[in-house]
Amino acid sequence: MRLKKQSLVPWCFLAIPLTMYAIWVVIPVFQSMLFSFTHRDSIMIETRFVGFANFIRLFADPQFHLALKNNFVWLLCFVCIPIPVGLAVALLFNLDFGGNRIFKTLYYIPMTLSFAVIGTIWAWIYQPDFGVLNSFLRAIGLPGLAKQWLGDSRYMTGALVAVGVWRQIPYIMILYIAGLKNIPIELIEAADIDGTSWMQRFRHVVFPLLGPSTIMAVTISIIDSLRSFDIIYVLTNTKARAAEVLASYMYSSAFHYQDYGYGSAIAVMQFLITFLFIVFYVNNSLKNEIQR
Amino acid sequence: MKSKRHVRILQRIFFYGIGILLIAASLFPIVFAVFTAFKSMDEIMADPYMWKPPVTWVFSNFRQVWSSVGMSMYVKNTFIITIPSVAGALLVSSLGAFALAFYSFKLNRTVLMIFIGGMLIPFQMLLIPVYRFSDAAGLINSYHGVILFHIAFQLGFCTFFLRNFMKHIPFSLIEAPRIDGASDFTIWLKIILPLCVSSFAALSVLEFTWIWNDLLWSLILLQRDALKPVTLGLANMQGQFITNYNMVAAGSIIAAVPPLIMFLLFQKYFISGLTVGAEKG
Repeated sequence: MRLKKQSLVPWCFLAIPLTMYAIWVVIPVFQSMLFSFTHRDSIMIETRFVGFANFIRLFADPQFHLALKNNFVWLLCFVCIPIPVGLAVALLFNLDFGGNRIFKTLYYIPMTLSFAVIGTIWAWIYQPDFGVLNSFLRAIGLPGLAKQWLGDSRYMTGALVAVGVWRQIPYIMILYIAGLKNIPIELIEAADIDGTSWMQRFRHVVFPLLGPSTIMAVTISIIDSLRSFDIIYVLTNTKARAAEVLASYMYSSAFHYQDYGYGSAIAVMQFLITFLFIVFYVNNSLKNEIQR
Repeated sequence: MKSKRHVRILQRIFFYGIGILLIAASLFPIVFAVFTAFKSMDEIMADPYMWKPPVTWVFSNFRQVWSSVGMSMYVKNTFIITIPSVAGALLVSSLGAFALAFYSFKLNRTVLMIFIGGMLIPFQMLLIPVYRFSDAAGLINSYHGVILFHIAFQLGFCTFFLRNFMKHIPFSLIEAPRIDGASDFTIWLKIILPLCVSSFAALSVLEFTWIWNDLLWSLILLQRDALKPVTLGLANMQGQFITNYNMVAAGSIIAAVPPLIMFLLFQKYFISGLTVGAEKG
C-alpha cells in the first residue's frame, strides 16, 4: 500500500464493486433491520411501524422457540462432530502411504454436490419401508431401531443434521490438511523415536500447532450451522414444522405467509446470533496481515 | 529392526483399512444413486433395495430424463446463469481487489472488512429486500436478476481472495510502468490482470461450483419453471416423480456431474481457494 496522494483513484476502481455490493448486500442488511420493526401483510399495501411488536411476538412464539432449539442442535452437532472427525481423517490421510491423495480426493466428493442432489439421495436412504437405513437395521437384527426418519417429529432434526454433518466433515478435513502443511512431517508421523507416545505428541505438539485451523474450523462450522436451509428445504419442503430452524422459519413466514415484518425479525435474530462469529472471522483473517 | 517393520505393516493395514471404510462412508449415497439410475422400474419394484447393483444396466433412464422430463432445459438454464455470474464476479472483484491491494487510503481496511463480513451474512437477512428490489426493478423471472445478484454477493469472497493474491505481487511491477507514464487503468488491465490468471482459475472453479449448486436465490428470484436451474428442477422432480426413483436418480447424477468434473480436473485450485482465510490467522 504505497500509492498515495491520489485519494480518488482507488475509489474509481471501487465504484462498480461497492455499488453492486451496496445494492444487493449492504443496504438489504439494514433494510431487513428496518422491516423487522414494521408490519405488512399480503392484504395491506401500507407498511406500518410497529416498534418491537414483532420481537415481542417472536419471544412468545413456540415455533420460534422450537426453531431456536433445533438450530442449537445443528450448531452443537456441527461443532462437536465434524471437527474431531475431520481432524482425525486429515491426520490419517496425511500419513505417508501410497494413494493417500486419491483417498483425500474421493473423501471430498460430497462437498462438491449440491444439497438438491444430496437431499434427493438421502430422502431414499431415510425412506421408511425399503430405504437403506431401515433395511440395514432390519438386516442386522435391530428392526426396533427402524424409524420414520423424516415422518416422525422426534427424529427429523437428527436425520437432517446427520446429512449436514456428513457433508461438513470433508470440508473440515480440507481445512486441517491445509493447516498440517505448515507442520513438519516428523512431528505428525506416528513412528516412535524419543519415547513419547503418539497421543502425547499429538496433545502437546500437533494439536497446539493446529490451533489456528481449529479456530477457523469452529467459526466456519458455527456460521454454516446457522445458515443451513437447503437440506431442510429439499428433504422437508419447509413444511415439516418440527424440523424448522431459524432459516427455514424465516423463509416460510416471509414467503408462505407473506408476513414480511415477522420474517425480517427472525432474520435479524439469526443475524444477531451469527454477528459475533462473523466479526471474529473477519478480525482473525486480517490479523496476520503482511503490511507494506 | 524387525519389530519396526512389523509396526510399519500394521500401520499400513490400519491406514488402508480405515481409509477404505471412510471412503465408503463418504461415497455410499452416491454409489446407491448410480445403481438406482441404471435400474429399470420393474427391477426396482421387484427388489427395492438400493445397495444392490442393477441386474441389467438400463441406460434409457438418462435419455428419458434428459429429453422428456426437461433435464436438458434445466441444465441449459444453469449454464446460462452460472457462466456470466462467474465471469462477472471475477471481473468486477478484480477492480475492487486492485484498489484494496495497491492503494493506501483511509477506509481501505473498512471496505475490505465489509466485503469479508458480507460473505458470511445469513442469506435470510437479504431475502426480503433483494426480493423487493428485484420486483421493483423488474428483475424477477429474468436471468439478469439472478446473475446480478450472484455477481454482487460473490464479490465478498472474490475480492478477499484476489486482494490476498495481489498483495503478493511485487510492488516494483506496477511502479516501473507508472514512472513511464502508464495510467492506473492500464496497469490494472495490462500488468495486474495477466498476473492473476492462476488465481482467476482457482476462483472460477469454486465460484462455478457454488453458483451451479445454488438453490435458494433461484427459488426466490425465478418462479417460472422454464427458467429454473437444475437444483430446483430436481427438487420439483422429487415432488412429481416421487415413485420413479430411477428417473430422479438419473436426474440427480446429471445435476452432479458438472461441478464434480470441475472438482476432479482442478482439485488443486479448488482446495487452495477453499482454505483462503483459513491458513492465516
